[in-house]
Amino acid sequence: MKISKTAQAGALESNDVLVTVAPNEKGGVQVQLETKRVILKQFGKQIEQVVKDQVAEMGAEDVTVKVQDKGALNYTIRARVQTALERALV
Amino acid sequence: MKRLRRSLLIISGNNPKHIQDAPVFDPDVVIFDLEERVAAPDKDSARNLVREALSFLDYSQVEVMVRVNPLDTEEGQKDLDRIARVKPGALIIPKANEQVIKQAEGLLTKIEKEEGFPEGSIEIIPILETASGIENINQLISSSPRVTGLWFNGEGLMAEFGTQRTKEGAELYYVRGRVGIACRAAGIDAIDTIFSDGNDYEGLANDASAARRLGFTGKLALDGRQVDTLNTIFQ
Amino acid sequence: MKNILGREIPDYIEGYGEVKPFMGAFANYGERAKASVTLRSVKPGEKKLLASIEEALDKVGLKDGMTLSFHHHLRNGDYVLNQVMAVVAQRGYKDIHVAATGIFPIHEPLVDYMKKGIVTKISVNYISPGPVAKAISQGLLRHPAVFMSHGGRPRAIESGDLHVDVAFIAAPTADAYGNVNGVGGPAACGTLSYAVADAFFADKVVAVTDHLAPYPACPIEITQDFVDYVVQVDSIGDANGIVSGTLTVTKDPVGLRIAKMAAQLINEAGYIQNEMSFQTGAGGTSLAVAAEVRKYMQEKNVVGSFAAGGITGYIVDMLNEGLFRNLFDVQCFDLKAVASYRENPRHQAMSGSLYGNPHDKGAIVNNLDVMILGATEIDTDFNVNVVTGSDGVIMGASGGHNDTAAGSKIAIIVTSLTKGRLPVIKDRVTTVTTPGETIDVLVTERGIAINPRRKDLLEKLKDSDLPIITIEELKKISESLTGVPETIEFTDRVVAVVEYRDGTVIDVVRQAKE
Repeated sequence: MKISKTAQAGALESNDVLVTVAPNEKGGVQVQLETKRVILKQFGKQIEQVVKDQVAEMGAEDVTVKVQDKGALNYTIRARVQTALERALV
Repeated sequence: MKRLRRSLLIISGNNPKHIQDAPVFDPDVVIFDLEERVAAPDKDSARNLVREALSFLDYSQVEVMVRVNPLDTEEGQKDLDRIARVKPGALIIPKANEQVIKQAEGLLTKIEKEEGFPEGSIEIIPILETASGIENINQLISSSPRVTGLWFNGEGLMAEFGTQRTKEGAELYYVRGRVGIACRAAGIDAIDTIFSDGNDYEGLANDASAARRLGFTGKLALDGRQVDTLNTIFQ
Repeated sequence: MKNILGREIPDYIEGYGEVKPFMGAFANYGERAKASVTLRSVKPGEKKLLASIEEALDKVGLKDGMTLSFHHHLRNGDYVLNQVMAVVAQRGYKDIHVAATGIFPIHEPLVDYMKKGIVTKISVNYISPGPVAKAISQGLLRHPAVFMSHGGRPRAIESGDLHVDVAFIAAPTADAYGNVNGVGGPAACGTLSYAVADAFFADKVVAVTDHLAPYPACPIEITQDFVDYVVQVDSIGDANGIVSGTLTVTKDPVGLRIAKMAAQLINEAGYIQNEMSFQTGAGGTSLAVAAEVRKYMQEKNVVGSFAAGGITGYIVDMLNEGLFRNLFDVQCFDLKAVASYRENPRHQAMSGSLYGNPHDKGAIVNNLDVMILGATEIDTDFNVNVVTGSDGVIMGASGGHNDTAAGSKIAIIVTSLTKGRLPVIKDRVTTVTTPGETIDVLVTERGIAINPRRKDLLEKLKDSDLPIITIEELKKISESLTGVPETIEFTDRVVAVVEYRDGTVIDVVRQAKE
């Protein structure tokens, strides 16, 4: 499934994450993660994988996912990615 | 009234920190609120967050309830559908009347069958927040066997009257009395309205004790600090 | 080589010297000698009052490579360190060793001096997260920084391990002959405990004041017979930065929960009784623990012997309520504490040495019953890190942590289990400040772990309804929330040496890989 517009979900608040999805002209799923260095170094790979898995589970193709993380746990990341993609399809 | 519902900690369904921290305070019940505490544009976000939270975090030590949006709205209908499928302990229905509860009952039976849950495993807690709701309390209670408790929301009633609550709560005595007796006679939980000053522990204790004396079996907690007091008073 | 905690430490560190490895919290005691002091005697009629910092640097004979010391009682409102170092820099001196008891964001000019080689060494007890901490973590300081504890630094000064050439003492009040106190003047800060060892043992001592009082400036904290010169400046500090409002008990429900659990444990373990002594930090959760302990003390009509530490108005209230007979104060955190110290003889100062020096004839920490502490990280051996974050970036430094943990009868770490997504419990902490053998209990909102070494506590609390589990189980709960973190890699370059209170090296901080 391809998305046609940009959409956002979540918030830039402690323990949360602001997810922005947009169509990726270059094709494929690209994740851009912004978070504190100390989180990036310890959980960066894991967070990227969680995002990619959620995108795949929803069958979305050719999207860029910008993830501005404020220390969110995996379930929050999944939920926000899900909501952003649902909003991008409306 | 099988299990204890002395303290019901209510949190916004869109707030990850509160969702994660809720069990830590040892409340008997955690209420995930999709209605009042979630802004209109975020209803879909909150619904997904609560669903993901219930599948990931450990709520085994508490009873999980979710307050859905009014069932005459699209959000409410989506809430009921998506949340029932992750098997909460109960759904809390706002603007409840006999007809609304019967409709919810039907939907839940259908979903339980589809998901393979035991029939009746998801209970219903109607919210009493209107004069007509209180006037028809007995019909409401008997509208479905899933109704195992009633939550009396004083703020809602005051809004209808166009007045405000007082800390001492004299304006609530009649209603509390009515609700307490009706619930006791029906063998269901009577859940009292929130005490909104989080810094006043003495005021909370007085308010909760007053409710207890009128037959209430538990009360809403607005944050973790209120839980211990409520667990003690509704023992 | 590996020290007894399994930390990999070089035998010799360039810019530090030969490494004496940590051998255990109580391994390094016995006979000690104090360094002798060479001083210039002052004849009747000589004047000490100088016109400027410039003149002071001339008179003390400042040279490249000297060690200059400063205290941090003015915290993030301190002007004196910057004032002195600005002149040092301007005059082109190099290779200066700054021995400050505390460094705060206001001391940012140090970063530039580090880059220019004006400052090549820093010794410090407490360094708050900020530009200087970051610069040290990034290796901008030529020689490794040295972190000492509040008790370890005066030990180092008294023994001669740390030789101070010139001590600059920011003095809220001073007279022209060098008597100094911290209770009067626009920058009144209370006790000057951290400056005492410097005053006694430095070659030269310069008091810097913005409030010159008529002679004698009683009550005197540091007497004239230890002071060479006095310099008057317009202002020694910003009052808003010195005492940032009143410190209060947290309203955060999770912090309150942790505090309740900690106090319940203290009570069930039998520590709330007459003659008890108590110390806690200045943060919201630490004070919440004091608030809960206070309730138990009131209920049981307990009168404690003393409360100690950095003192806040909250602890002063407990003194005035009669819950403690006395206070021992190493640092006044707010105006209420300053006023109490000034007015109440039962509120006493304790120098850094009296507070925690392990090598004198008995420090106050030896008489401490209950100690409440924080932690950035703790490992399954109960070793604690308060120096760096998990990425190796410096954001604290020992303070009184390992002193109080060693001396107290029960040392309790209170912390949330995770800080955002960051787990507090690790297999191995990034940097050890305090050894596990001195840490007894870890209290988090999701469970309490008792050090297996404390069989007496485990026995006493076996029927408690507190959620007591093993630290391994607590770590599993943490990982179920955050996931398992990847390990961060470091280079071989040592940017800071962490000394235990006895001067041995308990760990080092290495520069993180980019």
